[in-house]
Amino acid sequence: MLHKRRIAVAGILFALPSIFGIMLFVILPMLTSLLLSFTDYRIVNTPKFIGFTNYKRLFDGTDPYFYNSLWVTFKYVILRVPLGLIVSFIAAFLLNMEFIRGKSVFRTIFYLPAIVPAVASSMIWIWLFSPDLGLFNSFLEALNLPTLNWLYSENTVVPSIVIMSLWGMGSTIIIFLAGLQGVPRSLYEAAIVDGAGAVRKFRHITIPMMTPIIFFNLIMGSIGAFQVFTEALIMTQGGPNNASLFYNYYIYRQAFQFGEMGQASAIAWILFIIILIVTAIFFRTSKTWVFYESEV
Amino acid sequence: MRKSRRVSQIIVYAILILGSVFCLLPLFWLVRSSMMSSMQIFEMPPKWIPSPFRFQNYTEALTTIDFLRFFRNTLTITASCLIGALISSSLGAYSYARLDWPGKKFFFGLLLASMMLPGAVTLIPTFIGWRLADLINTYVPLILPVWFGSAFDIFLLRQFYAGIPRDLDEAAYVDGAGPWTIFWRIIIPLSKPPLIVIGLFSFMNSWNDFMGPLVYLNEESKFTLALGLQMFQSLHSAQWHLLMAASTVVILPVIIVFFIGQRYFIEGITLTGMKG
Repeated sequence: MLHKRRIAVAGILFALPSIFGIMLFVILPMLTSLLLSFTDYRIVNTPKFIGFTNYKRLFDGTDPYFYNSLWVTFKYVILRVPLGLIVSFIAAFLLNMEFIRGKSVFRTIFYLPAIVPAVASSMIWIWLFSPDLGLFNSFLEALNLPTLNWLYSENTVVPSIVIMSLWGMGSTIIIFLAGLQGVPRSLYEAAIVDGAGAVRKFRHITIPMMTPIIFFNLIMGSIGAFQVFTEALIMTQGGPNNASLFYNYYIYRQAFQFGEMGQASAIAWILFIIILIVTAIFFRTSKTWVFYESEV
Repeated sequence: MRKSRRVSQIIVYAILILGSVFCLLPLFWLVRSSMMSSMQIFEMPPKWIPSPFRFQNYTEALTTIDFLRFFRNTLTITASCLIGALISSSLGAYSYARLDWPGKKFFFGLLLASMMLPGAVTLIPTFIGWRLADLINTYVPLILPVWFGSAFDIFLLRQFYAGIPRDLDEAAYVDGAGPWTIFWRIIIPLSKPPLIVIGLFSFMNSWNDFMGPLVYLNEESKFTLALGLQMFQSLHSAQWHLLMAASTVVILPVIIVFFIGQRYFIEGITLTGMKG
């Protein structure tokens, strides 16, 4: 009995920093920002309760940038998440093929871009995307194709940032690769005995066995994509004409450039709720397509 | 049959090599541009190899703004965070993995849920809090939270600790050892690889962090490399060769650390994805 109590006391003591941390840096700020979202608070004045005014101003279009940034961010998420999953899954699948030599070299190369600091990779890509002197337009010119304005045109700025983000997909590839290595070989061997070809093995073994990992990457990828920020701040400042005013950048601008802390808190909470809804939808649908081995 | 297999193998290799080119070309272009003269960099069609190699771009870029100071600042923050992350997350992870106490499940669940929370929700009140504490423009807001442990680190370590056989603890308890002795004498010596993983990720996080310093630091003498690089860009935007040299300098330490700890990186990422 005494022994049990001693362990419990030690357990609480050991976990105390993390309990404090979560209270102080997660729960408390979360509740505070919910409260602030119902106030008029411009960093210099004391917060004044104004009910739902902040939210109303956003939804009725008084703040013209709200719908704009929502739209831009959704566009980014819808392009980036599926494309990222497909590209990294294909990369991992090919890397995992039996005959491939130099696997670890390829793996290192594919992961390398993911470690580059976002500020530095933004610098590299502004330079690559440069309309007059950039590498990409020189390629297009050499192939006699029309050149693009990349980051400087409203139509191409979001796809350009998506291309750049695909460059840093390394950790998703590694996670897929680890999952593929965990698919039992006996399943494939049994399939071969049954006369299944490569396509059928892929469709009926690889894909179903990988659904839990696809699901994990889908959730993490979406949460990450909704929060894209540094690239927009450094490369475009939200431009041209707010075409890359991503949601997180909009929050940052509202809070730290305009000092509208109350309004910015409301904007942040809307993002939180959107992410909750999207994740909830994914979890709901997951029952129909995610396959867990232990359920068999 | 044999021939078609050969063809498909070649196609797979071709795709992988193309992917590698996509991954490496931007880095190559960075280094190549960092060693060219401001004239040569504008030449059309572009040259692949600089001639002559202008290494003085680096000295020029590094003396244009106070990079040495930014480097020192970044190192201070990174090292302080690293120590804090290792201590608090290993303590917390040990408790969540191997000690039983009331409310453990609840707090661990809270910890996991907090990973889904967008940073923007907590950023504003946290900023206001640090402002009230008069700690804006110091490194405290960047370092102190890490000393309370990050959810990601605790989760990662807990997965590892949970896999160490419980018999070890039981035997030690019988011998009269307490939880602290077990933690210090058994768990820590067994968990070097995951601790290295956490150290590497922590290094990466603080070194690459942009939003934190951007929000909390406003005096140039306190800037980190990431902020310094952005400042450099806004001051000398047309001098691509110098900007590329400065970027290379910011990236280089990360690349070196990555190559030293490569194996552990891959292990760490694998662990997070698999247990998700």
